[in-house]
Amino acid sequence: MDSGAAVMVRGLRKSYRDVTAVAGIDLEINRGEVFALLGPNGAGKTTTVEILEGFRRRDQGTVSVLGHDPGRASRASRASRASRASRAWRARIGIVLQLASTGPELTVLEMVSHFAGFYPRPRRPEEAIDLVGLTAKAGSRISKLSGGQTRRLDVALGIVGRPELLFLDEPTTGFDPEARRQFWQLIRTLRGDGTTILLTTHYLDEAEALADRIAVIAAGRIVAEGDPGTLGGRSEAAARVSWDAPRGERTTVETSTPTRTVTELAREFDGEVPGLTVTRPTLEDIYLDLIAAPENIGGEQP
Amino acid sequence: MTERTATVGPGTSTDRAAVPLPSAWRLGAARGAIEVKAFFRDKMAVAFIFGLPSILLILLGSIFGSQAAAHGVTVGQLFTAGMIAGGIMSTSFQYLAIGIATERETGMLKRLSGTPIPPTAYFAGKVVQVMVCTVSETVLLVAVGMLFYHLHLPTQPGRWWTFAWVFVLGSAACALTGIAASSVPRSAASATPVITLPFTVLQFVSGVYVPFNDVPRWMGDVGSVFPLKWMAQGMRSVFLPEQGAALEPAGTWEHGRIALVLAVWIVAGLVLCTKTFRWQSRN
Repeated sequence: MDSGAAVMVRGLRKSYRDVTAVAGIDLEINRGEVFALLGPNGAGKTTTVEILEGFRRRDQGTVSVLGHDPGRASRASRASRASRASRAWRARIGIVLQLASTGPELTVLEMVSHFAGFYPRPRRPEEAIDLVGLTAKAGSRISKLSGGQTRRLDVALGIVGRPELLFLDEPTTGFDPEARRQFWQLIRTLRGDGTTILLTTHYLDEAEALADRIAVIAAGRIVAEGDPGTLGGRSEAAARVSWDAPRGERTTVETSTPTRTVTELAREFDGEVPGLTVTRPTLEDIYLDLIAAPENIGGEQP
Repeated sequence: MTERTATVGPGTSTDRAAVPLPSAWRLGAARGAIEVKAFFRDKMAVAFIFGLPSILLILLGSIFGSQAAAHGVTVGQLFTAGMIAGGIMSTSFQYLAIGIATERETGMLKRLSGTPIPPTAYFAGKVVQVMVCTVSETVLLVAVGMLFYHLHLPTQPGRWWTFAWVFVLGSAACALTGIAASSVPRSAASATPVITLPFTVLQFVSGVYVPFNDVPRWMGDVGSVFPLKWMAQGMRSVFLPEQGAALEPAGTWEHGRIALVLAVWIVAGLVLCTKTFRWQSRN
């Protein structure tokens, strides 16, 4: 029943009326891996994740999430056997959604304890609250939390069921830099426990810091997939060597052999090269190139 | 977000198989408990749901209440019986419609549907919450009526039986139509006006704020389509003297027709709910 991969997607397609949101996606997320899905708004990121979460039906393709077809969860209430299977599946995944700040009149601890009761083997509510750094606010009403504290509560509700697979949709939007760093530490802690994590984010530094693998989605297709260091040919991409030429103008060459260029320059200048810089494209450069021209890449899988 | 590690990892699916999912009954009870707790903490909602019908009853009763309607019935008694029906509808239809619309638009419903809680447990929680509020509301309004408007608790068992079935069928019909109506508002902010406006109109044309025989004929015909007019009529048959039946349009309490209309609304509400209920906002 359970195949090796936590998530397996083949040929996924979804359209809304005549707008194609997802135009044939293949994905494979291994168990225990932090996988980041990057892409601009409207690229099909949220549609893909919501199909995996069982919130949305797909038009075509096969999807397996922890060995279960999430498409069955969306119509599970009809048959009790299917309903029990989908409840058992839901008990194994965690979804972090953004709660509006106007929640019910409950405290953080009451809310997290209530959600813990839905799961067969939950974390202790106090532990989930501590993991997201909300212990000082455990007795506060949800309506009194700041924006960042509300987001931490969202995460606590997503992890209290001790999920095998956690979906995080833009989890750190609205966090201050320190809260983001603490959040990254939490993700590493969860990963250390063997939790598989699917993260969507706008922040490239976040993907680079956390993800084992990254997929870039643009116009409904995966345009690149790989680990942060090699994504989109980053490791083989030409380096830029720049220096100040003797007559004063800035000179730049793109080369796949920057060391040789620098050695030649050093010989030429007989010592220090004025204003020498050697840069490789950042993840952001690669990403912007990838999403700028998705039609050039045409949905080819790397 | 401290740097220590959590005590136990996610484990494998074989570990999990040993621990059964919490039962739907237990989860329904947990939902009911948390709904009731959150409701009674929301002071504005409590004041609105319980305060408004009581205040209106005292206002209307004080202005018109001493007048004798006819046949040994006072206008205060007419208002109290009607307001009990209106109160039942406010705690079932109005509160559910606004509450579920708000939960849908703030993402609470989507969040719950992403957990292993079965939908039946969610609705069981709503049933508990509606029952607690509706019983409290009815007790409160009966107490106000007895205190100020010569309302008497029925002494014949037959009247208590009528009270029981009008109460149960009426609140069931209103709760189901309330769940269906929760799909109408498009935002949390618009839920209260979108639901409250038609409900207020309905209370006028159903003889809650005005004795039904003072309502213009065409308005009364509109009111007769909906459950509230029949619930109010049923409550009058419980709390008014027997000769009060002469004030009804048909000259009798029409118990058979009341039961029939409420049963039709229960079926229609159930069909509407199953056809239209959504766990996610359309936005």
